[in-house]
Amino acid sequence: MDLRVPGRVEAAFEVARGEVLAVIGPNGAGKSSLVQALAGLVPAEGTALLDGRDLLALPAKDRHVGLVFQQQLLFPHLSALANVAFGPRARGTGRAEAERVAADWLERFGLGDLGHRRPGQLSGGQAQRVAIARALATDPWLLLLDEPLTGLDVKVAMALRIELGRHLAAYDGATLLVTHHAIDALTIADRVLVLDGGQVAQVGTPAEVSQRPRTEHVARLVGLNVVREAETLVAFPPEVVAVSLAPPEGSPRLRWEGQVADVSPHGDAVRLLVHTTGGPDLIADVTPGAATELGLAPGRAVWLSAKETAVRRYESHPDDWGTVSP
Amino acid sequence: MRDPLGRAPAVLLVPAALATALLVVPLAAMVAATTWSGLPAQLRSEPLREALWLSLTTATAAALICLVLGLPLAWVLARIDFPGRSVVRALVSVPLVLPPVVAGVALRTAFGRRGLLGEPILELTGFSFPFTTWGVVLSHVFVALPFVVISVEGAFRAAGREYDAAAATLGAGRWTAFRRVSVPLALPGIVAGLVLGWARALGEFGATITFNGNYPGTTQVMPNLIYVTRQSDQDAALALSLVMLLVSVAVLLLLRDRWLGTP
Repeated sequence: MDLRVPGRVEAAFEVARGEVLAVIGPNGAGKSSLVQALAGLVPAEGTALLDGRDLLALPAKDRHVGLVFQQQLLFPHLSALANVAFGPRARGTGRAEAERVAADWLERFGLGDLGHRRPGQLSGGQAQRVAIARALATDPWLLLLDEPLTGLDVKVAMALRIELGRHLAAYDGATLLVTHHAIDALTIADRVLVLDGGQVAQVGTPAEVSQRPRTEHVARLVGLNVVREAETLVAFPPEVVAVSLAPPEGSPRLRWEGQVADVSPHGDAVRLLVHTTGGPDLIADVTPGAATELGLAPGRAVWLSAKETAVRRYESHPDDWGTVSP
Repeated sequence: MRDPLGRAPAVLLVPAALATALLVVPLAAMVAATTWSGLPAQLRSEPLREALWLSLTTATAAALICLVLGLPLAWVLARIDFPGRSVVRALVSVPLVLPPVVAGVALRTAFGRRGLLGEPILELTGFSFPFTTWGVVLSHVFVALPFVVISVEGAFRAAGREYDAAAATLGAGRWTAFRRVSVPLALPGIVAGLVLGWARALGEFGATITFNGNYPGTTQVMPNLIYVTRQSDQDAALALSLVMLLVSVAVLLLLRDRWLGTP
């Protein structure tokens, strides 16, 4: 796939049959534009080859692309069953057969007895399952999931995430999963594509991307600090960052002066967000006792430092996307 | 229940009461002034039955034509981005504010025996709209169609283009999406628009009488009959008006709960 939505996103990437490619990036990075361009809902230039067919040359209705919208967009006047049967019927399947297919899909999503309900009578999690079933019931060549777990409460999202992983493993087409939750990318995806400012910033396995993030956004998503030093990136977790009120002794190379910008609980620790003077924003975990002792409220001036032995250094622009030497 | 924000101020309450009185008092006065004993005889009169039947059938025919022509136009205005769309919308809305007599004159200029379209139609088919029941329907459509188009367009817009997008990704062409998604979602608005258009057609007087004259049985609809009756027999005109009032209120009540939504 190699496509451009002028002014929004420009991306070249590959995704194989049966593979789940997570697309992550900050708001405005072009994730939704990418999905809408592939579905044919916004004009795009370039080519998107799928088994030799160029999707971009086809009108939206002939692309055989299943799209699960962030807002679900279930047809409110149709029952769950009729929603799922809509795709097969629109492609010419008879009513009875379409409803049989739809009932089968609802069954697979554990919604067998809710087929008669309107979308308004379903919970958020149920409605999202219907939306996913509706997309899969069309036997799509390519499945696009646009933040399918956003807006659900945490427990529901977790259960659906596991379920979704199972359904995607059974689906033999290619899947693009747009998300801004690191956990989606880490649990469901085979590979991760990072978009930043409308460009591809990184492609790799979830493990590669989370251990050697190349953008600050991804670093933050996986809970790491990333600092650029010339052609090298330095990554380190927040728990190895030492916080002090005076300049650290022994003058380690990795040290920053700054101000506490935000304080929030994180597990058993207290997580600080620090704006460093002329440098990056960093996160640091300290014990609640230390936070109280040092008076670490927003606005407090602090010094941060990290030991050279606790950080990972890697090239910022390897020639070969996605493969990183251990 | 006391409103915690305080009582409505008199400066708003008094005009509100006046507005209500202004709308209700004339209708109430009409009901009060009616000679009820004479009503059954009035209702059996041939001219009334003819005019009422003509009014109901022509208004209904006009509403159906508005549906067939207005629904597609409303959809195009709501969904298709084309140059001059706002100009078309403005032109379509003109009859809303046009004095009905002027509408009658305009129709005469276009569809009269010597009119721009009327002349070729007459030559080709031997048929001419003015002074016929179809002429009545035509003038009804002319004044009612803008109501239907504008309110149905609003309903289509509220029904949301994003549902069309969802339908497209499921393999539905625009016609399928129109039938199975847009129309069902906009249905309350469509019905409301048709009722408005129907009521507008039922009450139409100026355009109809200017375009079609006033021939009993052919072009004499209820408003025309009431107008001519009033010149000779006030009581009869009152009775006829009451019938119109009842028909209007009945339609409003019938449709209110189901489609127009209770306030």
